[in-house]
Amino acid sequence: MAEAPLLQVTGLVKHFPLGGGILAQPTAWVRAVSGVSFAVRRGESFGLVGESGCGKTTTGRMVLRLIEPTSGRIEFDGQDILHLSRKAFGRLRRRMQIIFQDPYSSLDPRMTVAQIVTEPLLAGRRPTRTERRRAAEKLLDKVGLRRADLDKYPHEFSGGQRQRIGIARALCVRPELIIADEPVSALDVSIQAQVINLLQDLQSEFGLSYIFISHDLSVVEHICNRVAVMYLGSIVELAPAAVFSREPRHPYTKTLLTAVPLPDPRHNAAPFAMEGDVPSPIDPPPGCPFHPRCRFAFDRCRIEKPILLPLAAQHQVACWLNEGRGLS
Amino acid sequence: MNGCLLGIDDLSITFRTPEGTARAVDRVSFTLDRGETLGVVGESGCGKSVTALSILGLIPSPPGAIESGCILFEDRNLLGLDPEALRRIRGRDISMIFQEPMTSLNPVLPIGRQVSEPLMVHRGLSKAEALDQAGDWLERAKIPAARRRLDDYPHQLSGGMRQRVMIAMAMVCRPKLLIADEPTTALDVTIQAQILSLMVGLKEETGTSLLLITHNLGVVAQTASRVVVMYAGQVAEEARVADLFDRPFHPYTQGLLRSMPRLGNREAGRSQRLREIPGIVPAITATIVGCKFAERCPHAFDLCCQKPPELFGIRPGQRARCWLKEFPERRRDDG
Repeated sequence: MAEAPLLQVTGLVKHFPLGGGILAQPTAWVRAVSGVSFAVRRGESFGLVGESGCGKTTTGRMVLRLIEPTSGRIEFDGQDILHLSRKAFGRLRRRMQIIFQDPYSSLDPRMTVAQIVTEPLLAGRRPTRTERRRAAEKLLDKVGLRRADLDKYPHEFSGGQRQRIGIARALCVRPELIIADEPVSALDVSIQAQVINLLQDLQSEFGLSYIFISHDLSVVEHICNRVAVMYLGSIVELAPAAVFSREPRHPYTKTLLTAVPLPDPRHNAAPFAMEGDVPSPIDPPPGCPFHPRCRFAFDRCRIEKPILLPLAAQHQVACWLNEGRGLS
Repeated sequence: MNGCLLGIDDLSITFRTPEGTARAVDRVSFTLDRGETLGVVGESGCGKSVTALSILGLIPSPPGAIESGCILFEDRNLLGLDPEALRRIRGRDISMIFQEPMTSLNPVLPIGRQVSEPLMVHRGLSKAEALDQAGDWLERAKIPAARRRLDDYPHQLSGGMRQRVMIAMAMVCRPKLLIADEPTTALDVTIQAQILSLMVGLKEETGTSLLLITHNLGVVAQTASRVVVMYAGQVAEEARVADLFDRPFHPYTQGLLRSMPRLGNREAGRSQRLREIPGIVPAITATIVGCKFAERCPHAFDLCCQKPPELFGIRPGQRARCWLKEFPERRRDDG
C-alpha cells in the first residue's frame, strides 16, 4: 500500500458570482473550477499547467483557503481542512505556504527584509527580537541572500532577489507544502535558472512538496514529477512529467506542447493547430470543455463530459477518443 | 540578399537618471536586409527595446539622448530627420507592434477607425475606402467575421484578437520594415503560435522586413534568419540562426542556451540541475572598464577586466564581443 498522500483534493468546484449585489441575485456564474481531483505526495512536485483562465491559480488558492471552494473536499495530512475549526485550521495553515508570481507587488515596500521573511512567525507564539533576527539570518543564508541585506527594503533588490525574499518568507515556518504560483514567470532567463535550482535545492533539504503552477511547459516539465493539464476549469490529463511531454493523449495537451516554440531552428514540426479562443467560463460548452476547438470531436464529446480514466501507471486522460484512452 | 534596408551604426543612447547617466545602448551596430527577419534577444534592460524605439524617433528627450551613431533607412539617416519627415515614415514605411495590445490601442475608438487611420493619413484615401481596406486587413489577420467587427471597441476583443488588430494596423500601408517588440509575450502559448504564424505569413506575402525583439530564444529560433544577442546595452554576439544555436561563441549566449529547461528532455526520476549563469546584470549606471559580462563569465581572465573586447569575426556572418577569439586557450573546458 502506498503512503497516504500529503494532500488529497476531491471534486473541487469554484463558481464566482457575476453581477448582483448585497440583495440582488447574481446574474451569472463564472465556473472557474469545475470538479478537480488530484493528490500530492510527500516530497513531490506536482505541476498544474494551462493557459490563462483555466483555473490553475484558483485551484492553488483554494487549497490554502485563500479562496473558499463552492464545493469539494481538501484533505491535508488526513484532515479535512474545509471543516476544521478556525483555530485548528490556523495551526494547520502554517504547514502550507505560497510563493507568488510578481516579486514586485507581493512584498510590503515599507517593511525591511528581516521583517518580511519572519512575519509568518507572528502568527504563532510571539518570538523575541533576537529570535526573530536569528531566524531571518538563517533564512537569508538558505535562499542565497547576504545577511547585510537584512535591513534593506524590497525596492533595493532585483526581481530575482525579491523572489528569493518571497521564498524565504514561505520557508519561515518550515512548511511541508508550498504552492508556487508562476514563481519564475516574471524573471529573466538567466535568473529563472537560479531560482529553479534554489527551489529544487530547498526541496531536497527540507523534503518539501510543491504545487507548481505555471503556463511554461518547459519549466513545469523540468521541475515536476507529475503534471496535470487544465482546460476551462477541469483537469484533462494527468501524467508523470516525462510521459506528459512525450506521449500526450489529450488533444489539448498535444496542442499546447506543439505550440511551444523550441529553441532549435531545425525543429520545424507543424503545430498541432487549434483555432479560436478558449470559450467563456461563464457559459462553458456542454460535454467536453475542449470539443468546440477539437478536430477529433464526435457526438459523444458534445453531450457527455469525459472523466479522467486511467491509461497506465499514473497516467490519466479525460477524452472519449478510443474508448476513453485519448489519442493513440 | 536583396540589399540592406536598415543599418544601425555605432548607436549610443543615454538616459539621465537620479543615479547617474545610464548608457542604455552602447555603440550598437547591425544591419537588416530587405525581406529578412532579424531577431534581437536579450534580458530586461539590455537595450533591445530602446534600440527599436530609437529607429522611430520615439526616445523621449530629455531624459534620453542619442550620443552618437546613425540609423540609415534606405540611405537616409533617420536621426537627422525633422519631426515632420519622420512622421511621414512612421506607419507608412516603418511600423511597430508593441507587447501589450490593450495599451497601444485607443480604447475609445472602434477598431475599424484605428486600422484605417494610417491609410487616410499616408495614402490620402477617403474614409470609406480606408475602412474597406481596413476590413481586408482584419480579414487577412484572421479575425473572424472581420467586416462585422469594424465598429467593435478594443475591450470587446480577447488579447490575441487585439494583437491581430495591431498587426493589421501595422501592415495596412505595407511597410518596408515592421518592428515587433515582444509581440507575443503577453499571450498564451497557443495564441502565441497563431500570432507568430500570422506575422510570418504576412511578412512573406508582402516582402516586409521584420525586426523581432524578444527575450524568448524559442521564438527567435522559429522565426528569425539572423540573431543579435544583446547584453548590458551592447551587441554580445551576432550570427545566423543555425550558427547561434549550434555554435554559440560568446559565453553569455552559451550560458543562456544552457540555462533553459528544454521541453521533451525530462528523464523519469529526479530532474537534473539547470546550469545557471551566476550573478546578475550590472547596474545600467555602473562604469565597467573591461568586458561587461566578465563578472559573470566562467572563462574571464585578467584582460577581460582591463580592456573591453571588440566584436571579433568568428565565421562569415558571426561576430562575438569576447576576448576568447584572440585567446582561445583561455576557454575553460568546464565553463
